[in-house]
Amino acid sequence: MSVLPDGAPGNSRMMTSRQMALWRFTRNPAAMIGAVIVISVVTAAILAPWLAPSPESAGAFVDFRNRHAPPSADNPMGTDNVGRDIFSRVLFGYRVSLGLVLGVLGVAVPLGVVLGLCAGYFGGWIETIIMRFTDIMLALPPLAMALAITAVLSPNLINAMIAITLLWWTWHTRLIYRIVKAQMNEDYVEAAKVAGASHGHILFRELLPNCIPAIAVKTSLDAGFVILFGASLSFLGLGIQPPTPDLGTMVATGAEYMPEMWWQAVMPGLAILYAILGFNLLGDGLRDMLDVEL
Amino acid sequence: MLPYLLRRAASLMLVLFGLAILIFVIARIVPGDPARIALGPLATDQQVVELRAEMGLDDPFLVQLWTYLSGLAQGDLGKSLLTSRPVIDDIMAALPATFELVLFTIVIQIALSIPLGVLAAVYRNTWIDNVTRVMSLIGVVTPAFVLAIILQLLAAYYFGFFPVTGRIDPGIAFEADRTGLLIVDGMLAGRWDVVGDAIRHLILPAVALAAGGIGQVMRITRAAMIEVASRDFIEASRAYGVPERVVTFRYMLRVAAVAPLTILGLEFASLIGNAFIVEFVFSWPGIASYGVRTILQKDLNAVIGVVLISGVFFVVANLVIDILLGILDPRHRLRAKGSE
Repeated sequence: MSVLPDGAPGNSRMMTSRQMALWRFTRNPAAMIGAVIVISVVTAAILAPWLAPSPESAGAFVDFRNRHAPPSADNPMGTDNVGRDIFSRVLFGYRVSLGLVLGVLGVAVPLGVVLGLCAGYFGGWIETIIMRFTDIMLALPPLAMALAITAVLSPNLINAMIAITLLWWTWHTRLIYRIVKAQMNEDYVEAAKVAGASHGHILFRELLPNCIPAIAVKTSLDAGFVILFGASLSFLGLGIQPPTPDLGTMVATGAEYMPEMWWQAVMPGLAILYAILGFNLLGDGLRDMLDVEL
Repeated sequence: MLPYLLRRAASLMLVLFGLAILIFVIARIVPGDPARIALGPLATDQQVVELRAEMGLDDPFLVQLWTYLSGLAQGDLGKSLLTSRPVIDDIMAALPATFELVLFTIVIQIALSIPLGVLAAVYRNTWIDNVTRVMSLIGVVTPAFVLAIILQLLAAYYFGFFPVTGRIDPGIAFEADRTGLLIVDGMLAGRWDVVGDAIRHLILPAVALAAGGIGQVMRITRAAMIEVASRDFIEASRAYGVPERVVTFRYMLRVAAVAPLTILGLEFASLIGNAFIVEFVFSWPGIASYGVRTILQKDLNAVIGVVLISGVFFVVANLVIDILLGILDPRHRLRAKGSE
């Protein structure tokens, strides 16, 4: 692969479609901002113990001399009701948020994709059962449902993950089902069948690759919404429990000291917003780059 | 149109039936004994045994399901352990507050998002378009509870005109006994002070709740308008000298409105979810506040009731949207016929 010349495509040699897509992505300021935000959030999460000015703030640490300190050079986001550095807690909070994202999407996406592939490819009663069940699941108000599940299972990180995963696969099933349905009339599927390919081969070698762009875009957009969802659960006291530094819990605790000590709720709130913004811009950018419709 | 409505209503009943069974099954397969959970860790074994018998938990699963479904058919959702009143009564008492908030929110969403979307499409690639783009992005990515808290903060410091909690000033004596909606009942009774105060209380929670949907619908409206603008019949109308205003609002918007309406229906699910959070933040005495309270107390009957009612809300809203789409776009009716 040669280094691309600056400027428009097709300067001296033809670009491959992949280079073309990448070029489109880098020319999209919103997408680039999204990528930078996501990279910064991931870096913050991975390097939290080294980046945080006060790593001990992540746990059940108390420093009463410093409680309710407004944002300053020492504590860029101020301190909370027991004197912990909010900025440090936000960095560790990203670890929890991204852990939740990985846990949820790591299960929900493959599950939803396989069900969608099967429903679209096999048709008949398999399609009826999967898609009717998906429709009913989609009729459940997700947050109310997740609240109910975590409450009955007792609220913690793992149960929040289970509850969100149980509800999340449906969106991927419906998306993949629609794509596969449209692909079923394509010649390549017919050709593979005629050539005697197995179901497994057609599902995962022929159909799945055509779903990858849509899955990538959807998953990127999802990441932001899972963070939002998890934060909403813990905001209501039904997600991750203290002293784990979770952004939603931090907002809820901080809200008790409003409006005078506004930073305790607003700073973690803005941190959530920042992460969601990043994944959203990235997802939109990927959508333009890969040219998929969701 | 009538056969279409009947078909839609039939499939609605089917979805609700499935929903009821699914919620029941989820409530029963979760680990832990509902009676033990309800009584708390200090209960004696004797108490648990008695409550199990009272709740019918020792019956075979199918018997339990049958008892639950036949009760449901008569509007019986069981008794709340928290308030020891029938769940349906608790829900009916809280429903008007939520209904008023959600309706008001939808009115705000439609009133803001569709005109702004049209504006962005008409002035596309100008500063107006860019401003609305940023607005919609902020709306989409701001979590409802963060927005709610920021609005409360601003209200506390800058616009104290908007109260930050409750539904009506406790100093105002008024019983909303006709529809339960303060605005409607206030108007019917000629109590304009009630109407004004109710709206004052509604603004902040409704804005917090509406923002996400506004952002989504605005972008979809813009995209749909731009897409419609390139169709032949629009060019033809312009060539005939039809005024631009008529072309935009009568011809283009009617065709373009299909997409945002569909999204409004889908957005409704997150609207109900966010209502839980917004009601919680603003101490709004609605069904979501009741839901959060009963969920925290592990009051299983009430939780099932609240989730079921939210599901009904969502399904009915989508039916309404479907009917509107059927009116706007006759092809929608035909498509529905073909698919069922």
